[in-house]
Amino acid sequence: MSAGFSFFRFSWRRFLAVLGKEFIQMRRDQITFVMMIGVPIMQLLIFGYAINSDPRHLPTLVEMADDGPVSRAVLMGMKTSSYFDFEGVVTSPAQGEAALRDGRANFVVLIPPDFERDVMRGLSPQILLSADASDPTAVGGAASAISGIVDTAMSETLTGPLAFAAQSKAPFSVAVHRAYNPEGSTSINIVPGLLGVILSMTMVMITAVAIVRETERGTMETLIATPVRPFEVMLGKIAPYVLVGYVQTGVFLLAARLLFDVPFTGSALAFFLGFNLFIVTNLALGFLISTVARSQMQAMQLSFFTLLPSILLSGFMFPFAAMPSWAQAIGSAIPTTHFLRLVRKVMLKGAGVGDITGNMLGIAVIMAVIVIVALRRYHQTLD
Amino acid sequence: MSDAPAISVSGLTKRFSGRTVVDHFDMDVPKGAIYGFLGPNGSGKTTTIRMMCGLLTPDDGTGNCLGYDILTQQEQIKANVGYMTQKFSLYEDLTIRENLDFIAQMFGVTGRKKRVQAALEDLGLADRAAQLAGNLSGGWKQRLALAACMIHDPALLLLDEPTAGVDPKARRDFWDEIRKLSAQGVTVLVSTHYMDEAVQCDFIAYIAYGKKLISGVAQEIPKMIGLHTYRVTGPDIAALEAALKSEPAVVQVARFGAVLHVSGTDEDALKALADRYRAKGPHHWEHKPAELEEAFIYLMTGAADNFRGDPK
Repeated sequence: MSAGFSFFRFSWRRFLAVLGKEFIQMRRDQITFVMMIGVPIMQLLIFGYAINSDPRHLPTLVEMADDGPVSRAVLMGMKTSSYFDFEGVVTSPAQGEAALRDGRANFVVLIPPDFERDVMRGLSPQILLSADASDPTAVGGAASAISGIVDTAMSETLTGPLAFAAQSKAPFSVAVHRAYNPEGSTSINIVPGLLGVILSMTMVMITAVAIVRETERGTMETLIATPVRPFEVMLGKIAPYVLVGYVQTGVFLLAARLLFDVPFTGSALAFFLGFNLFIVTNLALGFLISTVARSQMQAMQLSFFTLLPSILLSGFMFPFAAMPSWAQAIGSAIPTTHFLRLVRKVMLKGAGVGDITGNMLGIAVIMAVIVIVALRRYHQTLD
Repeated sequence: MSDAPAISVSGLTKRFSGRTVVDHFDMDVPKGAIYGFLGPNGSGKTTTIRMMCGLLTPDDGTGNCLGYDILTQQEQIKANVGYMTQKFSLYEDLTIRENLDFIAQMFGVTGRKKRVQAALEDLGLADRAAQLAGNLSGGWKQRLALAACMIHDPALLLLDEPTAGVDPKARRDFWDEIRKLSAQGVTVLVSTHYMDEAVQCDFIAYIAYGKKLISGVAQEIPKMIGLHTYRVTGPDIAALEAALKSEPAVVQVARFGAVLHVSGTDEDALKALADRYRAKGPHHWEHKPAELEEAFIYLMTGAADNFRGDPK
């Protein structure tokens, strides 16, 4: 045996052999392979296209007790806003209520009798917009937009001889400036966040499952009986999935650009540093799970267990600032939280390396904790 | 160097969460021998083998394997030992060739491509090298596993119940292979449940509840136990078997076809019993020295607990 046995602790030859084996297995396991590439694409399409927290074209009914030009101008303005699709008219409040209750309409607009006359007289009549607020997200955007729409419609209609009525309005207007996302498009917010969710889901699960599979099938025993070092096995098994993470990120960036017109305004280097750190953190988490799980099924379940907070508490689905402080505390311990901020900063706000150090630090601290715990557990399971 | 045993361990002890699985185990395996390792399930055979080849660190005890210390030189031991696990533990989703090639790379085999090709031809699997290992039958899997753990030409083979779940023909072929390797100077330590396999070994150690009960040259085991046997033939053997089982002088009645092997540890008491039955019955009683078969049945049934006056 070679004398240098204990001197060169790391063998590239064995590491590359494990790496090669892992690639062959990955290629043969087609379902996993499809999942690794298919899941990100599917999620992008679902979250990017199907899910919209500022929905338009909501079915609306009108009860018109007055159909003068001003009333029609108001309705026209609402229609042009693309929030409201007029599906028909109702003739009584009861009919409107019934339509809301059984979900045929999200809104019922009531133009009160003598609306136009009251406008002329400066009585400030009210238009009643009844909304189905059982789903606040669905109607929130439209409801908040309505007064602006109505004001605009009024000022455009009340000209010439009617101009005096327009002057009775409050002499100010509220302008909403939607920074970084002027159209308020959900996909511009959700797509960058999605990278965090996709990576944390696939990276954690695939690593955990790939390592546990060796134990479950008994092949780990074969490996341990050879001179290969645990470190070589771990690196050889994890490295291919880093590559998978790169592919996923590539697919993601391409789709974000081509399908959703998400801008990329910041520093490419900052992005590169961020997603590498995030991938490694997730692989470490997967490794930690593999030291706990005894079967692939358990590894899968534990991975899903970590995924849920990543989606719900990271600020991906719901605004982080709106969460109670205890939930924010939990959220801060999740790497996805910091990564989401990092990606949004870089892609949407044009951040450079200097701007993301705080987020990088957040991820790095979490990673350090995971690695320490994982290594301690790993030593325990050797014997 | 050639006189030194391939494996020599003493006082080997392993505890898993407070439970002693292997308890002060001593053993010497001579070079070039086929050493049989017997004992019931859960008796600590696998744990002992793993400690001897550096996969597990013993809690207590010392020993060396191929001249390397089992506590500190586990790497060198691994590089020179072929270990075949109880369960098939190669990659079912790799082909036969890929499996052999991978293991060869793990051991840093020189001239790897040639060595793998030679192993495939030895196996008779050269034309099926591209087949997935998972599609092989039990017997073929076992032969592939043996080829894999021989790929780096180890001086010592540790086989952990290698023939479990393999048909008799494949088992016989497997043992032919083992004897061939042994003739080439490879030391083989094999654990087994099967008596017919134990008989093939040069040396035997019997382990139960983590303790070694007996070890030595296979042929001398019956004498060491002190077992005496009568072979009984005649009519209505089943009734006789039932009657004999309640005799205090008889520790064991085993039936081999039409012959009853009646064994006991007290020679005089057994002789008196034989005389008594000869006088009253039509059966033919013949005194024979006990053979390995009887000895193993004796060891494998619970009678082993009383052996050496150590009823746990």
